[in-house]
Parts: sequence; C-alpha cells; structure tokens
Amino acid sequence: MEADDPAFLRGLTQSRLSRRQLVRAGAAVAAAGSVGSILSACGISGTRDTGAPAGFDWASWWTQQRKHGVLDWANWPLYIDTSHGSHPSLELFTKQTGIQVNYKPVIQDNASFFSQISPVLQSKQGIGYDLIVITDGWELTQMIANRWLIPLDHSRIPNFARYAGPIAKHPVFDPKNRYTVTWQAGITGIGYNPKNTGREITSVKDLWDPAFKGKVGMMSDDTELGSVGMLALGIDPAKSTPADWKRAAALLTKQRDDGIVRQYYDQSYIKALEDGDTWITQAWSGDIFQANYSGFKDLKFVIPKEGGMLWHDNCMIPLHAQNPVDALEWMDFYYQPKVEAMIEDWVNYLCPVPAAQGKIANGLDDPAVANSPLVFPSAAEIKRLRGYYDFRGIDDHNQWTSIFDPIIQS
Amino acid sequence: MTARVAQLRRTAVPYVLELPGGLWVVVFFVVPLAAILSVSLMTGNSIDGYSLTWNFHIYPEVIDQYSTQFLRSFYYGLASTAIALVVMYPVAYWIAFHGGRHKSTMLLVILLPFFVSFVIRILTWQFILADQGIVLGTLKDIGLLPSDFHVLSTPAAVIAGLTYDSLPFMALPIYVALDNIDRTHIEAAADLGASRLQQFLRVVLPLSAPGVYAGILLVAITNIGDYVSAAILGGPSTTMIGNIIQTQYVENANYPTASALALILMAALLLGMYVYARAFGTRTIQEYV
Repeated sequence: MEADDPAFLRGLTQSRLSRRQLVRAGAAVAAAGSVGSILSACGISGTRDTGAPAGFDWASWWTQQRKHGVLDWANWPLYIDTSHGSHPSLELFTKQTGIQVNYKPVIQDNASFFSQISPVLQSKQGIGYDLIVITDGWELTQMIANRWLIPLDHSRIPNFARYAGPIAKHPVFDPKNRYTVTWQAGITGIGYNPKNTGREITSVKDLWDPAFKGKVGMMSDDTELGSVGMLALGIDPAKSTPADWKRAAALLTKQRDDGIVRQYYDQSYIKALEDGDTWITQAWSGDIFQANYSGFKDLKFVIPKEGGMLWHDNCMIPLHAQNPVDALEWMDFYYQPKVEAMIEDWVNYLCPVPAAQGKIANGLDDPAVANSPLVFPSAAEIKRLRGYYDFRGIDDHNQWTSIFDPIIQS
Repeated sequence: MTARVAQLRRTAVPYVLELPGGLWVVVFFVVPLAAILSVSLMTGNSIDGYSLTWNFHIYPEVIDQYSTQFLRSFYYGLASTAIALVVMYPVAYWIAFHGGRHKSTMLLVILLPFFVSFVIRILTWQFILADQGIVLGTLKDIGLLPSDFHVLSTPAAVIAGLTYDSLPFMALPIYVALDNIDRTHIEAAADLGASRLQQFLRVVLPLSAPGVYAGILLVAITNIGDYVSAAILGGPSTTMIGNIIQTQYVENANYPTASALALILMAALLLGMYVYARAFGTRTIQEYV
C-alpha cells in the first residue's frame, strides 16, 4: 500500500485534542449532566425548536455582524490543497484578507460528527466552528429542519453567483442555496478493474451479475445502498416511495443471499478494489481518480446507463458561530476560479466552478485533472446524475433505515 | 456516656469506611444502569424527544429481531476464547516452567504488539489476510490454494481477529497461576510415582485452574461484546450484537433499542457467568481434586 494513499490516511487521521476541543468536551459533559436531570423528568428532550426562532430577521442580523479576522473551520481530512504540511490556499486567503484560519480536519463521517455537535447545539451553545462541511443527507436535513444553520448573506458572496456551475446551484436539498454552498461534489457510480471483470461495465445491473459472485463491493451507507437498488429498478431515488424502497430492498437482499456481495464497505471499498478483493464495486468518483494517480492505473469508473448519484459536501455556518462574516469571506474567496483551481488540482472531486478548468489546464499545467470527466463532467453527463431522496421527517427516515439496515447488518 | 459514644463509633466506623467505595459504585454503576434501563423503556424519536412510557414490549421485540446477532456474538466470542486458551496455555506453561531468567522478556514480547492501538492492529490483519496479500497471495501463487479462496469477510476472519486480540489477556492470568504453583507439590507427586502426564493432569492443571477461569472470563466477556473485529474483518453476514448497538445509538439515535440490547447482552453475560461460576468455579474444582 502506498504510504500517501489518501483513502487510507483519511481513515486513520485523527485530530489532536486542542483547547477548543477541551472546551467542547466540557460542554458535552455538561450536556451529559443535563441528561441526568432530564432523566428525573423521565424523558430525553428532542432537537425540535432548539434552533433559531422561526421568522427571525436574519437580514438585519447580518447588517450588525463585523469581520473579526479569525475563522474556525472543521473539514474532512485530506480535503484541501496541502504542500509540506501547510495549505497554500489558506495562506493566500490570510495574506489577502488578514483572516487567520484555524483549519481542523476533524470530520470523519457525517453521523458521528452530527452526534458530537448535536447535544451542544441542542443546549443552544456554539460548537466552536464558524464553518463546517456536511454532505447532503439526513444529518444536513436535520441541521436545516432544526434551524441550526445561519442563512447565508449572498450579497457578501458575489463570486458564488458569478462562478458557481450548474452542479452547485439550487441543489434539491437546499433550493436557492439559502444555507449552503458546495465545497466539492462527487458521483457515486461503479468502480471496476477490467482485468478482473474481463469486460467493460455499463449498467448498475452488473453489480448483480452471478459471474462476479463474491467479488462485488457494496456500500455500508444505507442511503447509497438503497439508492443503487432503486437505480437498478429504474426508479429515480429522489422521487421514490416507501413501496419502491421495499422493492429495492428485496432486490438487494437477494443479491446478498445469492453470495454475490463480498462485503458492505465504508471508504475501505477502494482498498478492497485495489487489492483485488473486489472486482466491481459501488464507488465515489474522486477515489478512483486518486487511485489511478497512486499506481492503480487499471481501475475504471463509470456512470452506469441507469444514472449515477450526485452528492454534495457543503459549506455552512452553524448557529451561534462567532465569526460568520469571516466564513462568508472565505466562501467568496473560494469561489474565484483561480483559488478553486488550486484546491481542485489537489482534491480531484467534482469541481463546483467550471471556470477553474482553464486555470488548471493553463495556469497549473495539469491537463490530467483539467481534462478528466470525473472532475469536469460534460453537460450530457451531468444530466445523467440523480439526487438523493430528501427525507421529509424522522418517521420517513426511520422507515428507510428499518428497510435497508437489516440488509447491511444481517 | 463515653461508653455509648465509643459504642456508636464502633458501629459507625465500618459504614464511614465503606462510604467512598459505596459512592463510587452508586455513581458509576447503579445510576448509569438505572439510566440505561429507563431509556430502554422510552418511546419517541430524536427530534421530538423520548419520553418514558414503560414500553416493556421493546425487550421481546429486539430479542426477536436480533436473535441471530445475539447467538452469533456468543458463538464467535466463545470460539475465540476456546482457541485463545488452547494456544496460550502451552505458551504460559513454557514461560512459567522453562522461561528461566528471561521470563519478563518473554512476557514483554507477548504484550509488545498491544502497545499499538487496537484498531490499527486489526487493520493490519486486513493487509495480512487480503486475497492477494502476503499470505494468501503467496499460497495461491504456488498453487496451494484455489485462486478464489479468501479469508476476509468470513466468520473465520472475525474469530481470528477476536482470538488474536485476546491472546495476552488469556496468557497473563494463566502464567501467574502457573508461576505461583509451589514446585514441591510437583516433586512430591513425582516421588509418589506419578508420571509426567499424571503430574500435569493431577497437580499442575488443577492448581492453574484459577488462572484459566480468570482468563476465560476476561476474554469471553470482552469478545462477546466486541464490534471492531466484525466491522473491519467481517463480511455480509458476520454482524455481531455490538455492531447493532453502535449503529442504533450513533447513526440512528435510537436510544431505547440500543439500551435494551445493551441490557439484554449484560443480563445474558451475567447469567452465563453465574452458570459458569457454579459449574467451574475454582472452589468446586479444588474440592473435586
């Protein structure tokens, strides 16, 4: 294994405990203490109505906010340009704006990050970050529904309106980008090694091919798993119904019981594909691109003919953030094609700023990234991407998990 | 008057002395346990909150729903305990009786890998056992294994991971018991005409029973509740009850189900321990001898 294999490092990287985290841990302890007092009232309080008041006048709130010259930012590991231990784009930002960035790559996955910040936000405290990055899905749905996010003041991020591409604008889960702007997007499609499969892969149904028995990797994320089940049935996941979910579950259960599935993987699916443990697998576009770069040139990624899933990792400002103006300033800075190109050339997921393509090709002289359809997909390919089902509430979500989780954890 | 004060003091002292320990048990054991019990009987969801409705139905429901994973946890846990015992008893025996002045070095060698984080060690097994990895890849290349043979994603891999992780916890108590055996007992047995095998079966083995007993307890309880090995080395149908509890608690915020499962697991382990202690407790074994 390569020492700099990003997928592996992402799995291993852990944050060191900072003073800020200690403070947050203290808050968590306080929250746990409140569990004790809640217990005496015989219940655990919910998150409903613990956020901003409905109808709060955010426009006038924003007029009172000032820049502080500090930005506390929680992101995922290996998700920004890095050179010799520092981040050139952040240094440029500090040089141009005077804002000092405390960049913490502490988010390992959405569910566990959400379970860390949720008790703090629920007790109406700040989580110590001005900017966080969360994927569209149940956690983000809850952040919005609980009004735990500060609506963005788009007048302070003009570069978003100017440069954001069709992928980033008006996503299903946040119409008008009221709360979020895309950090990076990506496609969930199929990764495979043609040397092992012996043929090119075109369809989602190839994941059910008995010829690949025991060599098929599926994702342990129930949203990804359920969505691919529906694609196989020709159903658009975003418009699906519980009846569709059950049909998809039946199809996925059969796939498992027939011994076709090797394993339900988290991000480690990419290592399994590299090692030959799997021949064909559900995959994220950026991982295959990076694997090609780090020596696994045979691996291929395809958006199957039934469609691929389009996901977004999104920048947002959590409620009670101390430096919201500084966060907006970063978003505006990021959406300049020149800056986005710096980061994109390193991160290699789907680029939210189409104009960065020229900057990467010419300014950075990296045609491999600039010409990659996995970084800058064509308009025709973007049309083939589907959005995820947007959960309408907790009962809706519980129904989904009760249908798909038993397949993964059998 | 002074006599009564002295009398009072005599009565009070044991209670006062017991206070720190008693408080510790109440604060760190009784209260959390009561909290888990109370949470398990709640209904609701993470957004609207959970309220105590004395929903006892949850117990039969989760037992029904997750009986496979419960039984599998006990199977994997006990199988790995048995293998660890068979593997580590001879090792501990050898160190205790033939280790000489290198005893501490050898114990350190057993413990050394455990200075590395648990998760990293299990991840390393992923590399070692990969289909084309250093072990299976080599055996396949020289034709000793069919090309589609694999260990990862099977129950064997999970049990191997559990066993590996429990080796020192099995070895150490057995070593202590063996090392404490008064060697004159063995000499006496030899003087009375016992063969080497008889010496071992009638003297050494029974005297090491407390160590074996402790080792089994330590390893079985940890392994039955484990979820890391199954998550990293397992496949589609190797989910253990620990994995279910983790998913329900962290990902689904389904606290009642997670709490009920945790309590059932705890009750089952306590019951198992009770039966085990009655059947094989050290006292009965020594009486038997």
